Amino acid sequence: MNAITQKIPGDSRISSRIHVPDSGMIPSGGAAGVMIKVKNLNFYYGKEQVLFDNNLDIKKNHITAIIGPSGCGKSTHIRTYNRIHELYRDQHATGEIIMGGRNIISAAVDPVDLRRRVGMIFQKPSPFPMSVFDNVAYGLKINYKLKKGELAYRVEQALQRAALWEEVKDKLNEPGSALSGGQQQRLCIARSIAIEPEVLLMDEPASAIDPIATAKIEELMLELKSKYTIVIVTHAMQQAARVSDYTAFFYRGVIVEYGDTKQVFTNPKEKRTEDYITGRFG
Amino acid sequence: MVNPRKNRRYQHNKGDLFFKGLALLCAASVPLLMAGILAQLISSSSLSLKEFGFGFLTSQEWNPVTEVFGALSSTFGTIVSTLIAMIIAVPLGLVIAVFLVELAPPKISAFFGGAVELLAAIPSIIYGMWGLFIFAPIMADHVQPFLDKYFGFLPLFQGAKMGIGMLTAGLILALMILPYISSVSRDVFNMVPTVVKEAAYGQGATTWEVTRAVVLRYSLRGIVGAAFLGLGRALGETMAVTFVIGNSHRISASLFASSNSIASTLANEFTEAVEPLYLSSLVELGLVLFLITVGFQSMAQVWLWSIRKKLAD
Repeated sequence: MNAITQKIPGDSRISSRIHVPDSGMIPSGGAAGVMIKVKNLNFYYGKEQVLFDNNLDIKKNHITAIIGPSGCGKSTHIRTYNRIHELYRDQHATGEIIMGGRNIISAAVDPVDLRRRVGMIFQKPSPFPMSVFDNVAYGLKINYKLKKGELAYRVEQALQRAALWEEVKDKLNEPGSALSGGQQQRLCIARSIAIEPEVLLMDEPASAIDPIATAKIEELMLELKSKYTIVIVTHAMQQAARVSDYTAFFYRGVIVEYGDTKQVFTNPKEKRTEDYITGRFG
Repeated sequence: MVNPRKNRRYQHNKGDLFFKGLALLCAASVPLLMAGILAQLISSSSLSLKEFGFGFLTSQEWNPVTEVFGALSSTFGTIVSTLIAMIIAVPLGLVIAVFLVELAPPKISAFFGGAVELLAAIPSIIYGMWGLFIFAPIMADHVQPFLDKYFGFLPLFQGAKMGIGMLTAGLILALMILPYISSVSRDVFNMVPTVVKEAAYGQGATTWEVTRAVVLRYSLRGIVGAAFLGLGRALGETMAVTFVIGNSHRISASLFASSNSIASTLANEFTEAVEPLYLSSLVELGLVLFLITVGFQSMAQVWLWSIRKKLAD
């Protein structure tokens, strides 16, 4: 992987991440392992408040699952991490989201730059209206000046890391929308990791695809976490239990419980978490 | 899922059968009408078709006294004035649509969107009168001298500055088709899936990059449709053009010169055409206009079909 990143001269952002320690080496809960620190995050749709004093530490190179019933603010919460909510005038967030020592929701941080560092995968596969190759190359083209050969190399690397290369290497010039739903979703993952983000946000990435494709994506997530910090919103609790290291349970815009996935699922501290996990509501 | 078409219950439903027949009839009436108009145009212009043959299209002569008629100058005027209108209105309409959908706050968007659509509600005779009495003098006093001063080395911008002429007609046409192009484009832009736009922003794209790579690409088919809606209207626009184009049967390199179009010729001369050959020639002009319009539309369809793979939708 280092070979790829070193190909871009002068990009300190990438070279500084080359020696990311293996996930096992990071002491969980230690300050050094915190990638994103959310402090007193409140969120409003117009005047209506939907998130209430959210506090959360997202651990580096781990998978954090966000679970909770529909409408509890899971997606809204992670959509502040790359400020995609700012596309809509009536939505705004207050509080702090600290990443790399800076509050990323302050006006001083350029959202365009932030979104390059925080990739996002959506519920519905969303290929751009262009070829498979161009779908992955697009982010590279707008963010870096690459020579043709380097571009092709990095597109291939991204598709390989997204476990899609073997399936699409003969149809790189076909439209992205011609792939199956599961392939499209992995194409979107390839597209996101091509530009070397630090964090990958996944908003119910498997809810629109079949179980086999879902299994592939979960497998992929486990491989990707050595390189990226992953936050996944899901309402499939088994999925959260299978892939995540940490789980946050949201209810009505409040983080009810946050901890080790094993602990949250086997020995929840809060009554409401237990009720939700055992299927008593939600 | 049950396919309703294969479901026996539906096949035996009389109401459905009736509605299906009615819908088919309505749909079939469009090509039938087209064919009927074409047949009528051909039969009514048979005299002129026989007299001038193919030469009708290539002759510049238009002389009711000697009864020699050719369509070249009118056809030229129709195409050039439409071209001027398209060159101005398509980019302008797209920029307006991008502003309304991607940039403006909802309230401002609604206000400007409504204002642009109002342009379409103005009758063409008003455009014609406004063009002749208000716009043409402005052209003569300001716009044409300006173009002559800075671009006068081009043959396009030479000659007498009368205000009326090909350029003025093209500009009025641009104004008239602008609301069609911008409001159809706006509706098409609004249909681009939000998630795809968000995904592009999520890649670190700026608004302009998202507009170019995603919105415009996704909307290409609709934009072409919008442009051709405007084109069809510009080709056939009669009243406004007749007021400002100058109505002279000649082809000039200068856009300042008086000219004519098929529609303006028909409007001007139909009442005077008492001789059968004259009348027949005017109908043949109409036939030429019909074929130009159908030809442009077909070209657009073929082009869209040829790039369908790239569109990927």
